[in-house]
Amino acid sequence: MLQTLFDALSLGSLYALGALGIALIFGVMRLVNFAHGDVIAFCVFALLWPSTDAMAIVFAGQLPWYLLVPFVLLCGAGLSVLCEIVVFRRFRNANPATMMIASFALGFVIRYFLLMLYSSRPKSISLLPALSQPIEIFGARLPLLQLITIVATMAILIGLTLFLRQTRFGLEMRAAAENFSMARMLGVRANRVIMGAFALSGALAGAIALIFGSQTGTVDIQMGASIMLMAFIATVIGGLGSLGGAVLAGFLLGAASVVMQVALPVDARPFRDAFVYGAVILVLLFRPQGLIAARGTKERV
Amino acid sequence: MSLLALSDITIRYSRLTAVREVSFSMTEGEILFITGPNGAGKSSLLRAIAGVTPVAAGKIQLAGQDITGQAPENIARLGLSMVPEGREVFGSLTIEENLLVGTGMQARDRTSRARTASDLEAVYMTFPILKDRRNGQAGLLSGGQQQMLVIGRALMTNPRLIAIDEPSLGLAPNITDQVYERLIALQAQRQLTLLIVEQSSARAMMVGGRMILMRGGQIVLDGDARTLGSGEAIQAAYFGYEDH
Ligand SMILES: Nc1ncnc2c1ncn2[C@@H]1O[C@H](COP(=O)(O)OP(=O)(O)OP(=O)(O)O)[C@@H](O)[C@H]1O
Ligand SMILES: [Mg+2]
Repeated sequence: MLQTLFDALSLGSLYALGALGIALIFGVMRLVNFAHGDVIAFCVFALLWPSTDAMAIVFAGQLPWYLLVPFVLLCGAGLSVLCEIVVFRRFRNANPATMMIASFALGFVIRYFLLMLYSSRPKSISLLPALSQPIEIFGARLPLLQLITIVATMAILIGLTLFLRQTRFGLEMRAAAENFSMARMLGVRANRVIMGAFALSGALAGAIALIFGSQTGTVDIQMGASIMLMAFIATVIGGLGSLGGAVLAGFLLGAASVVMQVALPVDARPFRDAFVYGAVILVLLFRPQGLIAARGTKERV
Repeated sequence: MSLLALSDITIRYSRLTAVREVSFSMTEGEILFITGPNGAGKSSLLRAIAGVTPVAAGKIQLAGQDITGQAPENIARLGLSMVPEGREVFGSLTIEENLLVGTGMQARDRTSRARTASDLEAVYMTFPILKDRRNGQAGLLSGGQQQMLVIGRALMTNPRLIAIDEPSLGLAPNITDQVYERLIALQAQRQLTLLIVEQSSARAMMVGGRMILMRGGQIVLDGDARTLGSGEAIQAAYFGYEDH
């Protein structure tokens, strides 16, 4: 029972962090960023030295955790900000569909760049091996990693909330997310806010990369994509642009996946995802605007 | 020297020309009403001054600087504060947060923080209802309270010029009276320069000051609000009888 709860929470954490990364950017520039998953993949690969050998040459992955964590977060933030400066900035005034296609294309560019450097074979990596030790809580044996995942996610969520609520920059981001052109008319610097959103979103991608990398012990070009599909769904169910909604929906999806894994009859388990997506369709039928409708769906000027 | 000067401003939306070669200027401390029927191009003109709508031709100067084509945040930094049509309150933010959004332009040292605090107190003095509900969600305010909030929000940036688009929109007449009463009091007290857009010229006649009447994207009358308003010319100009 406790094990199921922890499974649900840790899977939900990944979805919630992914959804948050998408919702942050959607909030300030109405961009559905399909390149987000590839930023995650980039962060995972950043742990390895570029080589096409089957054997992983661990590079940053060897760093002690207090250097590793900032390194990966910075990789994510850096790449994400670079994407904004090099690509998305040119599309500021384009319509949302054009921006979406641009992000799709950019995602492919990042992915093939990684393939070129590292080849397509999944490689194994043991990241922070100490964390896979099981620990005992209330009689249940849980991997320490799971606990850390959940605690770290909570810490990120609380930190982000405090940042958005208590700081000047957070206020400007919330104002810009609700009504971008009005915020600008009050002197809020558009570029700074958008770059801040990309940096945060990229750092979240780095966090996912760390968690996912240490959970699976592999480095695979596909790993971003698998989380991102659920994360996209979470942002839509949560109400596009609503940060709270994205987090809530991320955890709900995690819980739904885990509960179905346990509750479905054995024969039906391989089709678990079909049931999860079925539930998604039901939610959208009843609440097409998402669980928490975002404010300020006003068009940007 | 004029605070705001527009010369031959033309604004186009793809094929449609919304504003055609409009020129006027304002001096510091002046109240200028721009009036005119639906679709006259009043809001387009105001948005162009604020930098959110591009101009097809012409030049806009604020305090001697050319601001044509500048980003809205830079124009705001030069001293323009805009209250757009429909008010555009940040509904998910609290009332106090709404007031603080525009204070980021000042340096972040102790004196400017003290200044922000005293500006906030001053706004609360003028609009006590905002103080009572300072931590409430701004989206829950009534239309009149929202209008007061956005005027307060504009004041918080310490602007040289406030441009307001249809402050009376959707408000009961007595609420509109209250809003104007405080706006005019503030103007007198702080020597504000006000550029106010209204559809009808009635308010301009009541308040006084200068009035420009626009129709079909052009200025058709420009003069003292009270003398213009009482003449027959305004009827003809407003409704465009001479066209028929
Ligand atoms: N974003 C836009 N895209 C296309 N056309 C527009 C846009 N905004 C305004 N227009 C057109 O430009 C013309 C002028 O509109 P504008 O809103 O400036 O008029 P207005 O004088 O403010 O009218 P009202 O009193 O109704 O607010 C109108 O014909 C309008 O349809
Ligand atoms: Mg208008």
